[in-house]
Amino acid sequence: MIGRRTLLASALAAPAFAQSAASRTLRVIPQANLTSLDPFWTTAVVTRNHAYLVYDTLIACDNQGTPHPQMLAGWSVEDGGLRWVMTLREGLRFHDGEPVRSIDCTTSIIRFCVRDPFGQSLGAALAEARVIDDKRFELRLKHPFPYVAIALGKTNGCFVMPERVARTDAYTQIRDTTGSGPFRFLSDEWNPGSQAVWAKFDGYVPRQEPVNGLAGGRVPKIDRVEWNVISDSSTAAAAMATGEQDYWEYPLHDLLPRLRRARDVVVDQRLTDGTYGIMRFNCLYPPFDNAGVRRAVAMAVDQKDWLTAVAGDDPAGYGRCEGIFACDTPLANEVGSEILKTRNLERARQALAAAGYKGEKVVLLAPGDYPQINALSLVTADLLKRLGMNVELVSTDWGTVVQRRASREPPEKGGWNVFHTTSGGADLILPATNLYLRANGANAWFGWPEDAEIERLRAAWLAAPDEAAGKRIGEQLNARSMQVMAYIPLGFYWQPSVWRRNVTGVFRSPTTVFWNIGKA
Amino acid sequence: MFAYIIRRVLATIPVMAVVALFVFSLLYIAPGDPAAVIAGDQATPADVERIRQSLGLDRPFLVRFGEWVWNILNGDMGVSIFTNLPVTTMIKQRIEPTLSLMVLTLILAVSIAVPMGVVAAWKHGTWIDRCVMGFAVLGFSVPVFVVGYVLAYVFALELDWLPVQGYTAFKEGLFPWLENLILPSIALGGVYIALIARITRATMLEVLQQDYVRTARAKGVGQRSILFLHALKNAAVPIVTVIGIGMALLIGGAVVTESVFAIPGLGRLTVDAILRRDYPVIQGVVLLFSFVYVLVNLLIDLLYTLFDPRIRY
Repeated sequence: MIGRRTLLASALAAPAFAQSAASRTLRVIPQANLTSLDPFWTTAVVTRNHAYLVYDTLIACDNQGTPHPQMLAGWSVEDGGLRWVMTLREGLRFHDGEPVRSIDCTTSIIRFCVRDPFGQSLGAALAEARVIDDKRFELRLKHPFPYVAIALGKTNGCFVMPERVARTDAYTQIRDTTGSGPFRFLSDEWNPGSQAVWAKFDGYVPRQEPVNGLAGGRVPKIDRVEWNVISDSSTAAAAMATGEQDYWEYPLHDLLPRLRRARDVVVDQRLTDGTYGIMRFNCLYPPFDNAGVRRAVAMAVDQKDWLTAVAGDDPAGYGRCEGIFACDTPLANEVGSEILKTRNLERARQALAAAGYKGEKVVLLAPGDYPQINALSLVTADLLKRLGMNVELVSTDWGTVVQRRASREPPEKGGWNVFHTTSGGADLILPATNLYLRANGANAWFGWPEDAEIERLRAAWLAAPDEAAGKRIGEQLNARSMQVMAYIPLGFYWQPSVWRRNVTGVFRSPTTVFWNIGKA
Repeated sequence: MFAYIIRRVLATIPVMAVVALFVFSLLYIAPGDPAAVIAGDQATPADVERIRQSLGLDRPFLVRFGEWVWNILNGDMGVSIFTNLPVTTMIKQRIEPTLSLMVLTLILAVSIAVPMGVVAAWKHGTWIDRCVMGFAVLGFSVPVFVVGYVLAYVFALELDWLPVQGYTAFKEGLFPWLENLILPSIALGGVYIALIARITRATMLEVLQQDYVRTARAKGVGQRSILFLHALKNAAVPIVTVIGIGMALLIGGAVVTESVFAIPGLGRLTVDAILRRDYPVIQGVVLLFSFVYVLVNLLIDLLYTLFDPRIRY
């Protein structure tokens, strides 16, 4: 049978230059709609991925989490760690042709420190970000802060904008997308909810080192990157199978078997970080204002139940991680995590009774439009019911969940008792970036746990003199968190990506970036 | 007639005012907070509050409503909370695909449904009539998205005749434009065809019993002339009415169809805006849809006079 593409290829054969133009465009189905262009204004992953196309970073981490100079030629630490001198490498230019100067970097760092959680820790230690000359600047600290390079180079790191843009208040969205990254954003082709387009920046000077995670040479090998938003997963899968799209960032797990059977399609694990499930309690109201009740629920949890609900039965698709730090990272440990290995419903029931649960209603928020988090929520609802708890499952949309979780009202007045979320592994590597760990009451993340010991340990980690001391504190933090149990870690699942076989140069990285990727 | 048109156009103003108040109030009391969506998972409650303040969402209802109405009266529909783009720009970007889809569906539906209904009435009680009515029941019963998936599977994935998704602007050429819209139009048109076919059949059955039809037959007028010149013209008023009312079906169906076929139209814009609580966009699009609906009904009223000269305003 003659198909449309066969017909078009033969009867309507396009000129050679048109074909080569098509082969120089990468058509991507992004994980979400690109609605905001400011990576400091929102933490949306899709905005971060846009930022990696448009902006460059001073420092970047490799796949082992080690920071390397990216825009910088290098840095030195002086005065007992109180002075970090950074030097820009030669040839860096913004998309408007202006050279990248030190003032652009210091202004960007200051804006980064306002909103980013790790940036806020850096900001608290920062006495001054001072320009030495156009190529050199220094960060003067109030006290030693050994994590400067990691804070600036982490996945959600410090993107460098021109000074005029970086001066925008961090709570106000920028409009100017001029960056110095490998691609230019084509704002006149931006149709939010449908399409976003970037063109190769010919003036970009990549590093010479081979790519490793986000570090190394960011070589643009494609002329044009097009993101085409396809909100329906079945349609997206069909578009990949027919070759209408080249790359799909976050395919739904349910569709992976079908995609694996498709010719000319590769399904593989590109992202280096797993996605971690989190069951979050509201510590303000009964029954979860009682740590004993929270711990009783933890005793019944078998992470596998939650992970298979999201990622399916293939054991390669998920992993247990019974601690508060992302597994296989330096601080990962299971000190005090024995409670998560109980996995016994009967013992959990006994513990629940002993903790004094009196049948209070448990309001559980489940976002029906967010398949992964909805699956986590439904498994929890089932478990709580089996434990004998009085569960009210509120099935709603994600927009309502994020609003309602911010309510500190009692559950019966529009508040809540339990909800779920997911987090990239990169955010769970360090105490400074793990927001769910915070226990500073009203200022803590939604759920508002209060525990002075956790806060003390977190502060101690930020001031830890060396890696060994930091590790010891990490163990204490894990043990204490298992006592407080403000949230239950539900393990991690892998989020594969999908691309056509003619897409070349796809490499492992903690987030989806498009440099070094070409098309045969 | 002219005075009537002016009166009807002026009557849309209070209608739009009520719609505006309704939409604004509904969004005000509906759960959801764009500031929380913007802030993301890593934000603290203080961050969310700060963003809410920067967006002006902490201001009283009346202040926000008054400001919005004033801006609308000055031709400014506001700026999207998320994209920072003017709502009018976003609507302009999306109006062509939706308009294309609706016009093509309308043409397809009317050109299929009216002859179907006429033939069913003519062959009343035969297998043809039963087939048409069976199709009508099917058209009503099967959801748009199911039809969409089946069409995409058969004609795009299996046969490879048409693309699975996307939209090509009309300026890129008629064929690419049509190629992307054929399957969505058929999917969206199913329920519309069913509706028009049923009404056409019912009205034609009634008209075909009239004395003047019997007289025409007695005078030896051909069957085709009787059906399409005499009967159909007299059956046109209810048919045109249902076509107009059916515009609401099209607008609702377009939301689903655009999602299934990834068409960047107003339907998807609306859904995306609702999910994110992008209030200015929701308000703008709903106002536009309401305005279009009111205008279509005005047009239908005017068409009555064309089909039935006895009707005068």
